[in-house]
Amino acid sequence: MTDALSQDTALPSPGAPLALDSAFPRREAREKVTGAARYAAEHTPPDCAYAWPVPATVARGRVTALHTADVLALPGVLAVLTHTDAPRLGPSDDPTLALLQDDRVPHRGWYVALAVADSLESARAAADALRVEYDTDEHDVRLTADHPRLYTPEEANGGHPAVRERGDFDAAFAAADVRVDATYTMPALHNHPMEPHASTAWWTDDGRLTVYDSSQGSATVRDTLAGLFNVPEDAVTVLSEHVGGGFGAKGTPRAQVVLAAMAARHTGRPVKLALPRHQLAAVVGHRAPTVQRVRLGASSDGVITALAHEVVTHTSTVREFVEQAAVPARTMYTSPNSRTTHRVVALDVPTPSWMRAPGEASGMYALESAMDELAAATGIDPVELRLRNEPAAEPDSGRPFSSRHLADCLREGARRFGWEGREARSGVRRAGDLLLGTGVASATYPVLVSPSTATAHADRDGSYTILVNATDIGTGARTVLAQIAAEVLGTRPDTVRVDIGRSTLPTAPLAGGSSGTASWGWAVHKACTALAGKLRAHSGELPAEGLSASADTEEEAGRESPYARHAFGAHFAEVQVDTVTGEVRVRRLLGVYAAGRILNPRTARSQFIGGMTMGIGMALTESSTMDAGFGDFAERDLAAYHVPSCADAPAIEAYWVEEDDPHLNPMGSKGIGEIGIVGTAAAVANAVHHAVGVRLRDLPLTPDRLLPHLATAPHAFPLAVSGK
Amino acid sequence: MPERGAPEIPVSLVSLRVNGTWLSLRLDNRTTLLDALREHLDLVGAKKGCDHGQCGACTVLVGGRRANSCLLLAVACDGSDVTTVEGLAEGERLHPVQEAFVAHDALQCGYCTPGQICSAVGMLAEAAEGHPSYATAPDRLAADSSPGQGAPEPFDALEIRERMSGNLCRCGAYPNIVDAIAEAARS
Repeated sequence: MTDALSQDTALPSPGAPLALDSAFPRREAREKVTGAARYAAEHTPPDCAYAWPVPATVARGRVTALHTADVLALPGVLAVLTHTDAPRLGPSDDPTLALLQDDRVPHRGWYVALAVADSLESARAAADALRVEYDTDEHDVRLTADHPRLYTPEEANGGHPAVRERGDFDAAFAAADVRVDATYTMPALHNHPMEPHASTAWWTDDGRLTVYDSSQGSATVRDTLAGLFNVPEDAVTVLSEHVGGGFGAKGTPRAQVVLAAMAARHTGRPVKLALPRHQLAAVVGHRAPTVQRVRLGASSDGVITALAHEVVTHTSTVREFVEQAAVPARTMYTSPNSRTTHRVVALDVPTPSWMRAPGEASGMYALESAMDELAAATGIDPVELRLRNEPAAEPDSGRPFSSRHLADCLREGARRFGWEGREARSGVRRAGDLLLGTGVASATYPVLVSPSTATAHADRDGSYTILVNATDIGTGARTVLAQIAAEVLGTRPDTVRVDIGRSTLPTAPLAGGSSGTASWGWAVHKACTALAGKLRAHSGELPAEGLSASADTEEEAGRESPYARHAFGAHFAEVQVDTVTGEVRVRRLLGVYAAGRILNPRTARSQFIGGMTMGIGMALTESSTMDAGFGDFAERDLAAYHVPSCADAPAIEAYWVEEDDPHLNPMGSKGIGEIGIVGTAAAVANAVHHAVGVRLRDLPLTPDRLLPHLATAPHAFPLAVSGK
Repeated sequence: MPERGAPEIPVSLVSLRVNGTWLSLRLDNRTTLLDALREHLDLVGAKKGCDHGQCGACTVLVGGRRANSCLLLAVACDGSDVTTVEGLAEGERLHPVQEAFVAHDALQCGYCTPGQICSAVGMLAEAAEGHPSYATAPDRLAADSSPGQGAPEPFDALEIRERMSGNLCRCGAYPNIVDAIAEAARS
């Protein structure tokens, strides 16, 4: 939908033409605060039916009987789709979408049926009432560092080689003055965007499919549905106008859109399907648990001579996904002798996928914790240690950095945070029952960009329209694209309409990999540059239909860069640890980023602090336990899986350093959506070590893990010290 | 019990005053207030984030008090006065809490936002009536500390964070939400 033109009145004042770098308010803010913004499940076509999926209740086996007749007799029930009667699907690259196609149950929570009814209540009751019988097989859902079926994949997520070796790690590590050898573990984590995955789908008599889908990229949803339902791509329209967060979990089509389209075809009615929150953990992807061994060898002055980061993780039997947690170690520090490896085991678990900064968030927790351990082992301040290990070029590739201002982030962060004079000893700052500590960690995230198309249109009345199938999942895409267009056209953003979120618009890549603004913005920039040229060449009044220019960045955005391109950042945290309860609370969190040109300070800051907040959850509260007996995630809803609440988020500050990098895109921007989470968990964990004086290497740092290590306060009740 | 083979969906006539207008609805007895608003009245501002009272996205005002509408059966709300986020603005003029959310960029994806705003409106009223929270130290209550005697002083970020912790925001807009509510509280 085209947004209103009247939202940008506050900034800048007339006569201040600069469109970029300004803190324009979020364009759709008014619609969002009034409830006018509609999400995927908030369209109800006439005669709309409702669907409710039925998850498998065994971890591995086959469906042997589905007692659908009982359910079909219930009032309001229209259909119960199962593998015996659901529409046959065409091919797809993603086997998690081969839904209701056979009797196999690859993991608990895999969908085995779909109830469709006149109302939401009847659909839910029908799904609850369906009796399913299974032949069960032995299942294996436990990730261990020595699992016999671990293997080395060809590559990890993002196309990264699974294994990289440089120099002679073993010899250099053996010869090092100082050695750190530590293993860190993280449980599975869940994205849990506030809007559960939802779709509203209908077919028309001419064989066309229209879907409102909660997705980070509707072009891929369109193409995937066309393949699955064997219709031309232009017979499918996907709308993702407002999306209630995704954090990777809506990066590619998920089960809901396939099931909704199936049910709509089967019943001949529009069908609305919103996945119940407690089903999400099993079907929309998760951050895979990791066991990460990091070994650092250094000379006594702290300079790293040997670095090994070895990652063990799980995937499902349905599709291989390998969390690329060892990849950031290939970029971060001086490491003449290095080994970075990934091994994975395919278990009878749900399929992992992208969750905010996959690889970087998990890997940097381990690497930055190990750096803190090296700082302690060498007696060098943790900020100083990192400064001493700044590489001249990217260690793994040997490429020069297009820009790297990690040192500036560390110094500026230290200054703002008040790091100087920090107590070097750990476990000594006490305030009543509380132990206090501070910690630091670095962050990095690669510069990703994909080809995109866009069209820019000039109207006779002096206004402009930008058309590009971008998706705004909460980033502020509409706002920043208007700014980019206005900058090129030499106008104010409030003269620019932005039309996004629909697959019939010029094709554009997904909102993911912190690449949206770079990818869409580049195409918008190019289209507007061409339009500006046409406008300059035109004399007199514009024709009635206005003037348009389209652009495709296939060549320039697809070109490989001779530079290593990454954003960097530094995180500083102060925590308090309650010696009576074992509770850790973050008192202060501060991040400084070097992420190219910041195009809109207001929305950029929101993304940075949002990522940092998710990092607090990763450090302290978020944990998903794979129940070995049932083969199920134990924490499946928001009561059991603890995302940070308002009370968990203290003063959080985000700043950035000026960075002028000519090797990126015409705007000079790097991605900012993910780097905020990357170093946060390590900074918090390092602060907990500083507070308590004990290194805990298993996230999250919950009270049960802290209590056994806390000195008894004089009035502590006995329970608090009998911990384990 | 209905006869097997002749099942019927039990329905009731429910009267609700929604955003100032009395409505009469024929609803399945299983329908929650949230689903009545979203699926029957097309008031989609109240969001369904968890359907279990765990996230606060469905928060509306019932009789002026904030409530998780996913936990209320509509039939049990017969005769209630319900205000949703759609009912807060006066014409084109936003409610001060809505204004403050826009001004402070207290939202990203926007899915928790209507619940945050309704919750904030209800919360500020609770505080103004003198209801203490976990974060209210006894000596910080207004001199006459019985409920109904004014907001705890000072009504700071700690109070707001504590009182707003029933409304989850996965985008992590909390610092801006707190700033927005603090500003609205001052106005």
